[in-house]
Amino acid sequence: MKKLLSLILACAMVLSLAACGGKDAKSDFKIGVILLHDEASTYDLNFINGIKDAAKTLGLKDDQVIIRRNIEEGNACYEAAADLVDQGCKIVFADSFGHETYLLQAAKQFKDVEFCHATGTMAHTEKLDNFHNAFASIYEGRYLAGVAAGLKLQEMMKADSKVTPKIGYVGAFTYAEVISGYTSFYLGVKSIVPEVTMEVQFTGSWYDEIEEKNAAAALIDNGCVLISQHADSMGAPSICEERKVPNVSYNGSTAAACPNTFIVSSRIDWAPYFEYICNQVMDGKKIDTDWTGTISTGSVVLTEVNTKAAAADTQKKIDEVKAQLLNGSLKVFDTKTFTVNGAPLSADHLADVDTDDAFTPDTKVVKNGYFAESEFRSAPYFDVQIDGIKLLNAKY
Amino acid sequence: MSKVHTEKEPLFHITKREDLPIWSKAGIRIAAVALAILLCMILSYILIGINPLKMLGSMISGSFGTKRRIWKFLKDLSVLLCISLAVTPAFRMKFWNIGAEGQALIGALASVACIIGLGGKIPNALLLIIMFVSSVVIGAIWGVIPALCKALWNTNETLFTLMMNYIATFIVSYFLMIWTPSGSSTLGMLNFGYLPKLGHEYLLLILVVAVLTIGLYIYLNYSKHGYEISVVGESQKTALYIGINVKKVIIRTMVISGALCGLAGFLIVSALDHSVTTATIGGQGFTAIMVSWLGKFNPIYMALTSFLITFLDQGASQISTDFNIDSAFPSVIVGIIIFFIIGCEFFIYYKINFRHKAVKEAK
Repeated sequence: MKKLLSLILACAMVLSLAACGGKDAKSDFKIGVILLHDEASTYDLNFINGIKDAAKTLGLKDDQVIIRRNIEEGNACYEAAADLVDQGCKIVFADSFGHETYLLQAAKQFKDVEFCHATGTMAHTEKLDNFHNAFASIYEGRYLAGVAAGLKLQEMMKADSKVTPKIGYVGAFTYAEVISGYTSFYLGVKSIVPEVTMEVQFTGSWYDEIEEKNAAAALIDNGCVLISQHADSMGAPSICEERKVPNVSYNGSTAAACPNTFIVSSRIDWAPYFEYICNQVMDGKKIDTDWTGTISTGSVVLTEVNTKAAAADTQKKIDEVKAQLLNGSLKVFDTKTFTVNGAPLSADHLADVDTDDAFTPDTKVVKNGYFAESEFRSAPYFDVQIDGIKLLNAKY
Repeated sequence: MSKVHTEKEPLFHITKREDLPIWSKAGIRIAAVALAILLCMILSYILIGINPLKMLGSMISGSFGTKRRIWKFLKDLSVLLCISLAVTPAFRMKFWNIGAEGQALIGALASVACIIGLGGKIPNALLLIIMFVSSVVIGAIWGVIPALCKALWNTNETLFTLMMNYIATFIVSYFLMIWTPSGSSTLGMLNFGYLPKLGHEYLLLILVVAVLTIGLYIYLNYSKHGYEISVVGESQKTALYIGINVKKVIIRTMVISGALCGLAGFLIVSALDHSVTTATIGGQGFTAIMVSWLGKFNPIYMALTSFLITFLDQGASQISTDFNIDSAFPSVIVGIIIFFIIGCEFFIYYKINFRHKAVKEAK
């Protein structure tokens, strides 16, 4: 491994020397990636894998990708961005929500460099030519994972008539991204088991293994027969394995640690976005202000179904529903499939799409009978509390 | 006595050295750093197969590679030094204040609260003054609570100040939830209360800390307060005997310590982050303890130790970037170097006498 690494570095040096001969847009190109943590966090690891895959596909050399790890959400992010510009990066990317305003500060200063930010919300209102947001329609992935969960629930109910269709979900904060995530998951389950109800327990942190474990345990004690989670740690999956409760995961497969309870996991693959921005810049084209990856761009993916835990024919059903999502005949947030306080969602419902200090709802988001998630900006804004989902501790 | 026990004498024994001349002290320290770097270079080659010279180059370029990095280096050094200066008066008094993290964080929170409440409603200069006063006052309050309990009921200040850190962190989480109705708990850069620029955007911050360093040096070494602090630190009984009001000195010194932490919080908000998160201080309140100890509680030496720690930090980050590895190995390198530096202090103050030498001396 060490030798391999040094060999790769040596090759990279030789190649970079060789490349000095003929300079073109491609060999001159560099991308900088700013991460909140490093490989130890599954969230950041997902971005590292994304840029590595993209670099491989595009044939970028090692010195064309500069990764800055452990960059705090403060002045440090601006400093890292400015430093990457000094190193000759044509694109600077940052992965954490809290990086956004500091990346914007750099974008205003370095007008000929493109700044791309994942999960952010401000690009479409700031209207800078060189600042862009990106996210993916992960709610579609969650919905598909929900279908798999629904099939499992159905199987459990058939096997034992005493099983009540109540499931649990561990969330981080009552933030639109989380609400959109658990609601789409719930609707996926509901499409198979219409009478299902769900309880959500929040942890008040994006990453807290112990709190996530406690929250999942509390839900199981409350009678939830299947658990899913937004959070990134192994807290919820591991307690599910211990208590033999089926689990639907997020950000990647937990099959290795939870062979008997892991059903399937949805995640965002960032490689397509990295490829897209690199290609646009190398070709001298503009990057979209808001870019939403979808199933068809390869950005929303499901891991392999764990046949040991999942119900029979789960993969077949997932493929079927996926085809419907792809051809547009099925919408995740179809207003016919859910109610709010006993009534269908108003066609005039407003959501907070344009970020302001007071977080005022400002945009009509229901069109043609469905809530148009991630169409007015890439980051999720679905914040409706629908019937059938009970928030156990909405204080967060 | 020695002639009876010669054959039973241990392999070596340790004795205290007489004060070494300054050049020998410096020599020992330089040798320690050189040895540490050599070991790190060997390890980097064996463990992860990277070119040791390149690693060294990368470490240096992390702090001094470009003009921007030099400014960033000076800025980071100043912030760390500011917090280290804050804990020093308490340490001189042997009051183990490990609550700088919380005192600075609560100071930062106070500044942000002022921006949120008053930003745009009053002139910037007035806002800055209010922010400054709030941060310093709340920092002082956060510092004086453990001091009062220590003075009145002799509570353990180490545990007390440590616990106050967690309380400060959770208060910040609480306010972030209130201030972000969207639920993201992320404020982002606020638009008001920016410290004016004096040439380079970090220059004012750096100058403030430089003045503070000299001021604290004078306060600790040439003022009556400073003398009282030293006496209380050496022996509370002596202090009582010569008529120093120990309780008053403890409380007064912790007010100063807390207030300076609050000042650090104010500087971070008004000059750098313009926001607050639970990670705003980022552990510097704890690193400050090391800076202060290594600097022998002397503000001028502490400038050097802050320089060293900041240099190592930036170097580690640059190694991680240049060799595209996670932060584990660079942290090991920093750990080794710091271990050698702390370890060499032992050889400055103590001498190892081996057996044969001891025998010779006995004759």
